[in-house]
Amino acid sequence: MYRYDEFDATFVRQRVKQFRGQVERRAAGELSEDEFRPLRLMNGLYLQLHAYMLRVAVPYGTLSARQMRKLAFIADSYDRGYGHFTTRQNIQYNWPRLPDVPDILGHLAEVEMHAIQTSGNCIRNVTADHWAGVAADEVEDPRPYAELMRQWSSLHPEFSFLPRKFKIAVTGSQADRAAIRYHDIGLRLKKNTQGEAGFEVFVGGGMGRTPMLAARVRDWLARDDLLTYLEAIMRVFNLHGRRDNKYKARIKILVHALGAEEFSAQVEEEFARTGAPRIMPGEGELKRIAAYFAPPGYDALRDDDPALALRLEKHKDFAGWVERNVSAHGVPGYAIVNISLKPIGGIPGDASADQMRAVADLAESFSLDEIRISHEQNLVLPNVRKRDLFAVWLSLGEHGLADANIGLASDIIACPGLDYCGLATARSIPVAQDISKRLGEPARQREIGDMKIKISGCINACGHHHAGHIGILGLEKRGREYYQITLGGSGDESASVGEIIGPGFSSENLSGAVETIVDTYVELRQNGETFLEAYRRVGPEPFKEAVYATH
Amino acid sequence: MPLIRDGEIIADTWRVLDEGAEIPGQGDVILSLERLRNGAGQIAARAGRTGVAIENSADPGELEAHLAHLDLIALDFPAFTDGRAYSQARRLRVHFGFAGELRARGSVLADQAGFLTRVGFDTFELAGGQSLKVWNASARSMTLAYQRGYDGGQATREAVTELPAPA
Repeated sequence: MYRYDEFDATFVRQRVKQFRGQVERRAAGELSEDEFRPLRLMNGLYLQLHAYMLRVAVPYGTLSARQMRKLAFIADSYDRGYGHFTTRQNIQYNWPRLPDVPDILGHLAEVEMHAIQTSGNCIRNVTADHWAGVAADEVEDPRPYAELMRQWSSLHPEFSFLPRKFKIAVTGSQADRAAIRYHDIGLRLKKNTQGEAGFEVFVGGGMGRTPMLAARVRDWLARDDLLTYLEAIMRVFNLHGRRDNKYKARIKILVHALGAEEFSAQVEEEFARTGAPRIMPGEGELKRIAAYFAPPGYDALRDDDPALALRLEKHKDFAGWVERNVSAHGVPGYAIVNISLKPIGGIPGDASADQMRAVADLAESFSLDEIRISHEQNLVLPNVRKRDLFAVWLSLGEHGLADANIGLASDIIACPGLDYCGLATARSIPVAQDISKRLGEPARQREIGDMKIKISGCINACGHHHAGHIGILGLEKRGREYYQITLGGSGDESASVGEIIGPGFSSENLSGAVETIVDTYVELRQNGETFLEAYRRVGPEPFKEAVYATH
Repeated sequence: MPLIRDGEIIADTWRVLDEGAEIPGQGDVILSLERLRNGAGQIAARAGRTGVAIENSADPGELEAHLAHLDLIALDFPAFTDGRAYSQARRLRVHFGFAGELRARGSVLADQAGFLTRVGFDTFELAGGQSLKVWNASARSMTLAYQRGYDGGQATREAVTELPAPA
């Protein structure tokens, strides 16, 4: 994991002090709310329906046990004993008081964390594959580049007042677990035939009211050109992105208006000109960063563990959990443990301070001190010895963290919705709870198989509904919540935008409609097709017929 | 409104020329882009210094042909959240090598001090009601920067020789 040196530590401390001064000026009336708003947003602080909300950055979703314990401490000391892990690999606190926020940021700085640029019209926290560095299918570890981009984007002098927020995601695998084509910039790390690292570059993806998949603007960008090229993209966007209408201000609209070819030509022209000052750090600095991501001290192990085989045979529940929640690791004898934050009927992504501490303990004892946050609002212990899986499972069970539902129908992504959010038009959480209870019986959801249900409480699509196999969008009409269903979306390497199936549903009818869709799939699937495969074969008609005949 | 350079309030010798007025031979005057375009010959012959104020939607490339006769370019912040002028400044400094005075005007707030300085602005027309003290505190609040290839005020990891004592 990356560790701060004195430079990073000083930078973050200065930033905390600067924000403390801004809060004081706001309290003294020297800053108006209009002036203060962009400043607090760039420090992760929103004003929501009932209170402030602080969004803390977990850069590319990586945490140590010590950092997770600090998050638990903050939840206990400044919130109501829990936090909410988000689709951007961050954590949100829902009840901080404004005067406490500089102190909270101070606590975060002590463990090399911050809330810089988790909000605002600037480059947001860079996200990455949550299995980066450990996935069996990885070409190269994207984390050193994610860290480089974290540093480069932090308080960027030129790009801190963009037309709109800007999100960058990076993956080092062909299988896309970072939804790169749904980002303003998506990067896929790859190698050329000489073994040199470079990137495939996508620009202009996004969700919101105009969902778009990013267009590929470069098949190959040499590693050493990364930041210079990103600056060229950012400059074209900063100068030409629309600022007259916030719903048309994302880079996707600019790319669409110009056409990917013309946009790309403008970027290339800018890129060719910006060669003069050196934007990328030298080889030494790249190596300094990369060294932090060298493989940790793995034991030399056989890949198969006889004790594990025995446990799997004897404990059916354990075997079911391993099947769904444990993934292939690149190192023999190790596994990736995915911890579900989706208990049946629970709030997706929420974790109590006790659960955070339990995960921190497990990371220390069994995962070489590493934890990851996934964009699907779950946690990951990336470095668990197969022989320790049983002990980890037992311990997770004691803390209500052993649900064996990763990737299943109850592994639902949901935004906070109208229960917290000032932008929401409908509630998301109760909808997720309903569906989870309806489909969550263990045998039932295993029978249904891979299924991504994603729920947003407004058109801004924080719950990624456009990328859901079944997407749900909560809206409001004449004071009543209603929900639109989309089918066939996907955020993976076969990315697609879901299609609306027809008129919306009341909150009473929604989970029944979702169940009808699922039942229809189970009936028509062939040869073990997943829902997405079946949908792509048969299209929306059979689902529409079934749903609108009964609801 | 106070004009700031290098952390101090300075006298402003420049005046913005009214649209209809004759371009004088003497004195420091700031013209619109249109006047600059139309008066190129006259401007080259001036004894006084010439500047131009452009909107933040203008292409800084339009100034390229005039740079030899320009001592000042004023860039506009219609709202402090509208950051186009940062990129205009960057283009002028890096693409066109403009070495004269870059002035920030409009909604210029103390909290922008570090950003403005690093993209190459030299002078700042501080928007209403703010004090030099707050400007300077803000300008000094971040002494370090991660971005390479930008100048002014803050040190990069390579450039830093001694870190400030913890606050």
